[in-house]
Amino acid sequence: MSGAGSGRALNVLAGRLPNPRQASLRQIRDPQAGWLDEALVLWFPGPNSATGEDCAEIHCHGGRAVIRAIESSLSSLGLRQAEPGEFTRRAFLNGRMDLLEAEALGDMLSAETELQRAVLASSAKGHASAEVAHWREAVLSASAAVEQELDFSDDDQDGIAPRPGWRSEARRVADEMAAWLAVPPAERLREGLRVVLAGPPNSGKSSLFNAILDEAAAIVSPIAGTTRDAIERPVAIGGVPFLLVDTAGLRDEGADEIERIGISRAGQELARADVVLWLGPEGEGPTGAIEVASMIDAPAWQAKGEGSLAVSAVTGEGLPRLMGRLSEVGRDRLPKPGQVAVSRRQKERLQTARLQLLEAAQVEDLLIAGEALRQARHALDAMLGTVGTEDMLDSLFGRFCIGK
Amino acid sequence: MRHFPIIVIGGGHAGVEAACVAARMGLHVALVTMDATKIGAMSCNPAIGGLGKGHLVREVDAFDGLLGIAADAGAIHYRMLNRSKGSAVWGPRVQADRRLFGAAVRERVASEPTLKVIEGEVAGLRIEGGKVRGVSLADGMQLACDAAVLCTGTFLGGVLFRGEERFEGGRIAEGAAARLAGQLRDASLPLARLKTGTPPRLDGRTIDWARLAVQPSDPDEWTMSPLSKERVNPQVFCAMTRTNGRVHEIIRANLSRSPLYSGAIDAQGPRYCPSIEDKIDRFGDRDGHQIFLEPEGLDTPLVYPNGISTSLPVDVQEAFLRAIEGLEQVRVAEPGYAVEYDHVDPRSLDRSLQMKDLEGLYCAGQINGTTGYEEAAAQGLVAGLHAACRIAGRDEPGLDRANSYMAVMVDDLTLHGVSEPYRMLTARAEYRLRLRANNASSRLTPLAIQAGCVSEGRRRRFEAREEAREALQLALGRERSPSEMRMLAFAATDDAGRQPLGDWTRYPGIDLPRLAEAGLVPRETEHGLHSEVAEDLHYAPYVARHEAELKELRANEKIALKPDFPFHEVPGLSNEMVERLSRTQPQSLAQAGRVPGITPAALAALLVHARKHVAAA
Repeated sequence: MSGAGSGRALNVLAGRLPNPRQASLRQIRDPQAGWLDEALVLWFPGPNSATGEDCAEIHCHGGRAVIRAIESSLSSLGLRQAEPGEFTRRAFLNGRMDLLEAEALGDMLSAETELQRAVLASSAKGHASAEVAHWREAVLSASAAVEQELDFSDDDQDGIAPRPGWRSEARRVADEMAAWLAVPPAERLREGLRVVLAGPPNSGKSSLFNAILDEAAAIVSPIAGTTRDAIERPVAIGGVPFLLVDTAGLRDEGADEIERIGISRAGQELARADVVLWLGPEGEGPTGAIEVASMIDAPAWQAKGEGSLAVSAVTGEGLPRLMGRLSEVGRDRLPKPGQVAVSRRQKERLQTARLQLLEAAQVEDLLIAGEALRQARHALDAMLGTVGTEDMLDSLFGRFCIGK
Repeated sequence: MRHFPIIVIGGGHAGVEAACVAARMGLHVALVTMDATKIGAMSCNPAIGGLGKGHLVREVDAFDGLLGIAADAGAIHYRMLNRSKGSAVWGPRVQADRRLFGAAVRERVASEPTLKVIEGEVAGLRIEGGKVRGVSLADGMQLACDAAVLCTGTFLGGVLFRGEERFEGGRIAEGAAARLAGQLRDASLPLARLKTGTPPRLDGRTIDWARLAVQPSDPDEWTMSPLSKERVNPQVFCAMTRTNGRVHEIIRANLSRSPLYSGAIDAQGPRYCPSIEDKIDRFGDRDGHQIFLEPEGLDTPLVYPNGISTSLPVDVQEAFLRAIEGLEQVRVAEPGYAVEYDHVDPRSLDRSLQMKDLEGLYCAGQINGTTGYEEAAAQGLVAGLHAACRIAGRDEPGLDRANSYMAVMVDDLTLHGVSEPYRMLTARAEYRLRLRANNASSRLTPLAIQAGCVSEGRRRRFEAREEAREALQLALGRERSPSEMRMLAFAATDDAGRQPLGDWTRYPGIDLPRLAEAGLVPRETEHGLHSEVAEDLHYAPYVARHEAELKELRANEKIALKPDFPFHEVPGLSNEMVERLSRTQPQSLAQAGRVPGITPAALAALLVHARKHVAAA
């Protein structure tokens, strides 16, 4: 982390700031989600830091889930993901980089291009850019309408009808953006749809997990509560990428501290899941979960109702049907050919644009509307490229004349 | 040969500001003008200020310039435009008595001890070794200088058009600066032609005022310059009328006799101030265009009809005028005309408005392709200020897009050039919420004081105001609980919680005047201080969002790109980007970022290279 809010963020997450430049062991806790990880933290108050600003580092365990959870915490504390090369950039701005390190920036620039290429390749390239450009035009047009009202004096009754339609137009565009935002981010294409196996202890999750993977990835034991962690495995089913996630058995009592940690993590995983395979009693899983009756090879297995799947990890019965259902769901939930999947960073910008558009549409003060539209334009520009104010003036004056 | 550190050429709005600011800073300045009695003349509309323009007036005033004070000295009608909208787009505007305005300007010019007015025509510049060394006058006099500021307005190669007539001149009845124009063209300075127009002047005694709607001066007592204590002149009414179908018929029937349409002028005119021919041609479906009838002075019968610029022949002008309601018997005192003139491509100038390829030559005003007295005055101030700082070895004031419309204009001009006469609009400023007409002195007078161009009187006034502001801010920072507020008869619910008084003003019924009455904050001793601070509070959350942007902008402004920066050597720039950057020659990283088509990634690559060059130097 770099910037004025780093110290506060580290304080909140780690309990207290360590001595500057001394690696210290801390428990990382999110105020809502609870304990996240035990980590080494470092605190570098500026200006003697890599970027010249206050910097903080959390060296956590490398599991993706943990990293995501911490990122999510930081995000709710007001931090945002860095742009490519941004640390380097700030280091420059604050005079902390020397010439040799600066060359590394070139590499980072290539990285961004690589990402964009990958993203654009997996969706229709022309389509994505054209859509954003079209939105940009719409925002420009709304700006022009607002500026027309602002830069034309109240006196000027020269028949310039104000264009009230811009507000509903702005809302319409915001809705279009929402559709894009609903599409899973481009990273999902690489990482796959998150399928979480969940249920009470010993309901057969890990066996099923392994069966699906066709390898013994998780430790399976008859003693309840063996899977302490969330384990993730990327896997392809029917050509669709998935991230299969095994979790600790969910139970309310009888759990020791470590198990409770596992249960808490399982809860987080459920929150982030795209698909949940629920192996517990019917109806007790999260809404929308796929009910799975597992261990049908065991004598006392319970069938589940309509729409559920019955499998045996031991005999393999029912497994093809389960895999089939998963790939169906996957094809449904991942960006389809022709749809546009944008990266997480682009999604942030798009979300900013959308929120600003909505603010502009509903706020009374035209100045604030104008400012919100400008921010929306900025955000879209960041997705496409920079343009100046002359464009908006062109759009405005193409149609009207200003008096006095 | 007489030597002056700075010679200003032209005594218009740009010229007087340039000359006076340098004089205020203690330098000896010569102001060369073809006719000293025309110093402070208003060529077209007898009005100062307006939307966007009003901001410029206040900014020039914040630097202790002339325009605001002269405007108040001549003001016979005050109107705050856009009053129904947010204050950041209010446009203070006055109509001024031409005589009184001109006299006020000439008086100020005469009062500067180190400023000498020389009457004469500049025939040419003396250039040696790529630098301006002096000027030659038509009568043979030679003057030497360290810097020259060209403020020739529309006089450069000016040609006037009216119907089928055409004659040389920069303004009616005044000669054109043909020789100087010739020299500049020969020196291959990038020149282009623009046009502007003016309406006919009417004899007010022949207007039927009784039938027309009136617009009186604003009742509340605001002024253009905070240094003007009060309104000094009697105030007049304006009246409003419109063109109509018959007027449009007459004009349409005669379009071929208009120099614009007959092809005699093909220069570009302003979109925002088109001639009546233009309006009818472009907006043919309108059944009438508004006209404001503005008296030109207290003891002149002349009236300026705002909204009907024209270069149609005299007989057509009379015909269409008489078809307008209220003007059936009108007598034309001076017909309208169009002026076509040379202007310099402002992309050849740097941010101090100095020629990049000709050291010591500054250009300010309409010569750069802008339109309006206010735009001219602001450029004159910028050019004069920077020339003086350079010669006197002082730091230049840090003007940028986030603290002044002046910088927005200079940046736009020098980066993008002009394809039509440039006029200030609030829409041009991305940080508009910060740049309000009523906080110009708070923003800029500190910079002006640092540069040393502010008189004692203004400085003392400013410091008094800042003290009052600090006291007010302090009081607003004190926290009060809801119950305390209720005890003082303010409506406050408990869930609002304890907050600073400044935050309390967001609630209905709680504002600065009432807080002052309750004794919680100091009363207003400085005119407009309460409303300025109230606005700061109102826009604070939105302005706060700019902070991150601004930090980066300012940091990027500080990263200078030297004049022959080798853009082709920067890895990762496309050929097109290299071409654009080389052509525009941005002077800082921030400016480079504003060149159309430059992506953030390209900017980052530039940054690496810029640092390399600085370190290697």
